[in-house]
Amino acid sequence: MHATPILDISGLKMVFRIGGREVAAVQDLNLTIAPGETLALVGESGSGKSVTSLSVMGLLPRGVGQVAEGSILFRGKAGQAQDLTKLDTEGMRQIRGNDIAMVFQEPMTSLNPVYTIGEQIAEPMRIHLGRSHKDAAAAAIKLLADVGIPDPERRAKQYPHELSGGMRQRATIAMALACDPVLLIADEPTTALDVTIQAQILDLLQKLQAERGMAVLFVTHNLGVVAEIANRVAVMYAGRVVETGTVADVFARPRHPYTIGLMRSVPKLGEATELKRKGIPLPTIAGSVPSLVQLPQGCSFAPRCPFAIDACRADVPSLYETGNGQKSRCIRWQEI
Amino acid sequence: MSAAAAIPVSSKGPTARALGRFITNRLALAGLVVLAAILIAILTYPLWWMYTPNQIDLRALNKGPSASHWFGTDGVGRDVFARLMQGGRISLLVAVTSVGVSLVIGFLVGALSAFSGRLADGAIMRLVDLAMTLPPVILLLVLASIVGTGIVPTIAVISLLSWPVLSRMVRARLLELRERDFVVAARGMGAGLGHLLFRHGLPNCIDILVVYATLQIANAILLEAGLSFLGLGIAPPEASWGNMLNAARSTSVLEQYVWQWMFPGVALVITVLAINFVGDGLRDAFDPRSDLQ
Repeated sequence: MHATPILDISGLKMVFRIGGREVAAVQDLNLTIAPGETLALVGESGSGKSVTSLSVMGLLPRGVGQVAEGSILFRGKAGQAQDLTKLDTEGMRQIRGNDIAMVFQEPMTSLNPVYTIGEQIAEPMRIHLGRSHKDAAAAAIKLLADVGIPDPERRAKQYPHELSGGMRQRATIAMALACDPVLLIADEPTTALDVTIQAQILDLLQKLQAERGMAVLFVTHNLGVVAEIANRVAVMYAGRVVETGTVADVFARPRHPYTIGLMRSVPKLGEATELKRKGIPLPTIAGSVPSLVQLPQGCSFAPRCPFAIDACRADVPSLYETGNGQKSRCIRWQEI
Repeated sequence: MSAAAAIPVSSKGPTARALGRFITNRLALAGLVVLAAILIAILTYPLWWMYTPNQIDLRALNKGPSASHWFGTDGVGRDVFARLMQGGRISLLVAVTSVGVSLVIGFLVGALSAFSGRLADGAIMRLVDLAMTLPPVILLLVLASIVGTGIVPTIAVISLLSWPVLSRMVRARLLELRERDFVVAARGMGAGLGHLLFRHGLPNCIDILVVYATLQIANAILLEAGLSFLGLGIAPPEASWGNMLNAARSTSVLEQYVWQWMFPGVALVITVLAINFVGDGLRDAFDPRSDLQ
């Protein structure tokens, strides 16, 4: 996929103001997403992946988080690229819902309890696309059918509390798709669901993406989900992308010790029982994510890294090209 | 997915469910019936009662209850029953309107506070604190002596006094709501402030507003009665339950012409009690925890 990207984030730095000090939650971030492509953003809690997705939407609370450097170029339905960091509130509102839509983690709370499902799906179509009540209601029922909800006519008349978690997540996806966005941001959409429903939702997202040709920015901490759904993956650590490449390349030949650690930490069926019998604990990455307020000198992963040498603690490594578009932010990538 | 057959054809919304709980509450239902009877009586009395409130019958001064004057007459020969009905109209009109006004003010101030920045929020809430710390009786008297007597000034005084508590409650609810995923999601879909406030904020505050309004109407009736009793609310010859009670200030009326103050007093007590029962019932009905029982 070498088409012009619809989303091109370059040199993005997001700053949070905490107790009078400025803390960079995301820095030096470069990401592109081509039309119809799925990019997965992976990382532990606090690595900056949700901040990245919220900053694309411009949904970070004013005065708390803001863009300090860089640009977010977005090419919407209209065709020309706009820098989202420079748009005013009104301009941003035109894009939200219309061109970019978002699916949240918690299907329990992302629907308003006082409106029926159908009403909530129809509403953005009425407002953004200027459709009539009747027209939008019919379209909402069709969307519910598209996301695999049986008996959509009746379900559309129900309130959120009458639906199961998986159903509600399908409904929020239907709502996000209402205006046919070119980019769908999914912020851990399957985390709150049980595993069988997770698989159904992932299948659904893939099917919808293939039908509609929209791009997806998929935020998750689950490597299994990444392998399932994404074309390319960007691994984030302490606010920086540490490794990026196609899913096949990164999973076959991880070039950053953090990625290696993450992949080793995924428990495998059978292996875990084996380890338990031998009395060996499950593999983890020692230590925890450093506080953004006190990032270590040099490579921020160095304190937890088994490969760290003195040179790692001198400077923040740049992203090295390791072949076939794969990049790693590790000075020893050739050795590992 | 085989559960599809079990789905009810039409679903009840949260408000419908609350009303369903309300009608199972006997006391509240009784209050509602009494209230309805009072309302019907005071709204239709000119159709079936032979006297008007300011009609003077000089042959019947200070007459006790009889077949022609059910509740007797007052010192200038006006029919107490007609004045009671008219007074009920005025008292309820003042109460309902002032609560309506204070609902609007309270909701808007609460919304402004919740959705604006920390500075504006702080400033507004300190103002509300100030409004709440002023002794209500003194504030009421000062305001009433500034704006004068009559229906509109009385409405103004009562509504100015009663919005701060509501704005507090609305702010608290909206602050919580603002962080909920569906509100963030709505912003993510391009919703503006007005949309957030009136499509998401208002419907999710409806329980607060309904309960507050009901209980506050009872309160406003009492405030109006108090003001009129002191001669600062509704001025005679216009009747209100408060200024009818005013007659009892004279010892002769208090001792000899019991019907002149007893009937408005009883009407006041019954109405306020009925409204409070309804309000309590509504509060229980809207309480999310009552679903668990």
